[in-house]
Amino acid sequence: MNRTRTLRVDRIACTGEGLCAELLPELIGLDEWGYPIVRDRTVPERLRGHARRAVAACPRLALHTDA
Amino acid sequence: MTALTLAGSPLWYASRAGGTLALVLLTATVVLGIASGGRAAPRSVGRFEIGLLHRNLSLLTLVFLVVHVITAVLDPFVHLGWAVTVLPFAASYRPLWLGLGTVALDLLLAVLVTSAARRRLGVRRWKAVHWLAYAAWPFALFHGAGTGTDTRLSPQLWLYAGCLAAVMASVWWRLAKAGPGRVVGRLVAALTATAVPLVLGAFLATGPLQPGWSQRAAATAMLLGGGR
Repeated sequence: MNRTRTLRVDRIACTGEGLCAELLPELIGLDEWGYPIVRDRTVPERLRGHARRAVAACPRLALHTDA
Repeated sequence: MTALTLAGSPLWYASRAGGTLALVLLTATVVLGIASGGRAAPRSVGRFEIGLLHRNLSLLTLVFLVVHVITAVLDPFVHLGWAVTVLPFAASYRPLWLGLGTVALDLLLAVLVTSAARRRLGVRRWKAVHWLAYAAWPFALFHGAGTGTDTRLSPQLWLYAGCLAAVMASVWWRLAKAGPGRVVGRLVAALTATAVPLVLGAFLATGPLQPGWSQRAAATAMLLGGGR
């Protein structure tokens, strides 16, 4: 359970809906067209639940966490 | 009319209330789904909140739908049997109008299962099934109008009108917001959005709101050849 998790955005699938940045502003920002910029790919322990919610919320299923 | 509606078991009341609430919640779910598909970005509400509300209300819809179905089957007045919960048009009681509700339930169950497994299925297959929710809503509406015990009560008619207005307004909002492309899809959506209120109005005026509807609703069994 203590594997480090990393964020990955599927750039082909992403349409810049912006939900991930609303749910995980600590790690994800948006560029001027509304597409995500991952500031830090490594998900810290305290943000794991938030990262999971952001992954689940993506309407295009374009955000992933890799173990 | 009042004496008629007051007769019946508590199960029957629960079924009617459950069905009506499920329709209202399904309407809200559809409206929120259209809003998130159309990238609605209200200033005071986050986009993720629309998505979460869409998900939570859809689950609540299914809870009330389960109450609606179970109480209807258990009610001793109409002996439905458990098969009608998944097999459409097989009921002994108003098979056509009850069957529409079964179709809506089956469609929503397909949407539920594919949504739960959406990461496994991938976005294309998940969305392909998710479109069925748009079909489930009119099925549910016509099921309610056709066989609902309360269809002739004016508050219930206002409720149907409100549900219809909410979904129609969101569809037209979505169409107005849509860019070029997907001409066929937009045309189908516009035609359906025009047809559903007209057909429902005509159906209500000629069917459930006319005297003797209960006999005629039962008689559709004969036309379908499914009457028992």
